[in-house]
Amino acid sequence: MPQITYIENNGTEHQVELPLGATLMEGAVQNDIKGIVAECGGSCMCATCHVYIDEQFLDLLPEMEEEEDEMLDGATAERRDNSRLGCQVRVSKQLDGIIVRIPEKQ
Amino acid sequence: MKQKVVIIGAGHGGIQAASSLCEEGFEGEIVLISDEKEMPYQKPPLSKGFLQGKQTEDAILFRSVNFYQNNNISLRLGTRVRKIEPNNYQIELENGTFIPYNFLIIATGTSNRKLAIDGKIVENIYYLRSLVDAKNIEQKLSESQNIVVIGGGFIGLELAALATEKGKNVTVIEAQSRLMERVLPAIVSNVFCETHQKNGVRILLQTAIEHISDKEVILKKGESIKADLILAGIGVIPEISLASEAGITCENGVLVNEYQQTNYPNIYAIGDCANHFNAFANKNLRLESVQNAVDQAKVAVNHILGKPQTYYMVPWFWTNQYQLKLQMAGINTDYDQTVIRGDIDIHKFSVFYYKNHQLIAVDSLNRPADHLAARKLIQNGISPTFEQVADLTLKLG
Repeated sequence: MPQITYIENNGTEHQVELPLGATLMEGAVQNDIKGIVAECGGSCMCATCHVYIDEQFLDLLPEMEEEEDEMLDGATAERRDNSRLGCQVRVSKQLDGIIVRIPEKQ
Repeated sequence: MKQKVVIIGAGHGGIQAASSLCEEGFEGEIVLISDEKEMPYQKPPLSKGFLQGKQTEDAILFRSVNFYQNNNISLRLGTRVRKIEPNNYQIELENGTFIPYNFLIIATGTSNRKLAIDGKIVENIYYLRSLVDAKNIEQKLSESQNIVVIGGGFIGLELAALATEKGKNVTVIEAQSRLMERVLPAIVSNVFCETHQKNGVRILLQTAIEHISDKEVILKKGESIKADLILAGIGVIPEISLASEAGITCENGVLVNEYQQTNYPNIYAIGDCANHFNAFANKNLRLESVQNAVDQAKVAVNHILGKPQTYYMVPWFWTNQYQLKLQMAGINTDYDQTVIRGDIDIHKFSVFYYKNHQLIAVDSLNRPADHLAARKLIQNGISPTFEQVADLTLKLG
């Protein structure tokens, strides 16, 4: 299973293994990583699973849909070039070793 | 002595209460009771991703097993509470065990209203509430071709959409003159109606049922509709029996104050079962939503921990049917004016509702940025002008 490193806003690191097909949001919530709220449970409805993706993995991610793009514009923390919604990124083999940073607030 | 919080119900409210207690540094004991056997899971995806086959059972879990162990949450699955004894600060389980508490949180949610014709409950109808229900429906759907959905509300329509997407013949029967009439204006509900029809769903409005037999639904108008599976989503009833039998004041749900307290100060009620004064509706009501359950859980926990803050959060809801994504912010009743932002024809627009020039609610169809902006605006009491709302070049919020 691919290994994912989550870094909370206070610097706490968590390394977890996620099954293929799980989303970065599910991985964070189920493993009690602080700072991912995910109120809507992964429906791309609430923009509270905003994460910053390790730059070197950015190109390997699935293309962003329009709705994710729009939701990110409304996210609470600053939107950056490497911003994604965790619920829209599914874990693949290629993402093994990815580092995911959690913003200050959702 | 260590304090003990007992939470009845492991839906969004119950889980959030347990999580918030841990996050806020509560050092006492937490007991989380669920009458279901499964690890606590989220209900909204059942009528969407789960039954569509896009989300697995694991994907809809709230937390991993480790979460409960690591945080010393005593999770009691498959456990029913027989009664609450407010004066003895304890509850009794159905197996006769007593659990004492310092604080009790009632997060029992709602149950489905059952279809009755001429005062008699109709058998052989499927309702969706739990994971068990969803699995039963999944099984039954796979063996059925003709599906009748009774009730054109959110749940019924989400089920109708996913059934027709699976190639089934679907008929929706609704008593009112529009779909989702209680919560949506014609301009929005008509888009949903047209989209369902375009996808092959037969929508029968203002239609009453005369009789339901094993394999057919007979309408008052006389027509008989073949049905291998009958699903109903005709509303819910708050689960208040434990509370009311214990002498906790109930009135369309468990009555709570702005801190989620019932008439017993150390007993709280949160989520779908709690009748509260909602500042954004300016009246007492119950809300059936994730937002309400989650935010009320936080209010109850903060009060328990001696950091009281009153409940003051914009209500929001959503539904997903086909490519239609509807996000609702605020309570859109009693408005006196609406303004449209976006393009109705391409199903990308928002309806802004005003009362006395104050923005009170916004329904956004495939306009997620409007929705997020609307929540901030309403929360902060900011009302853009009608011209600003209609101007698509202007970013709101």
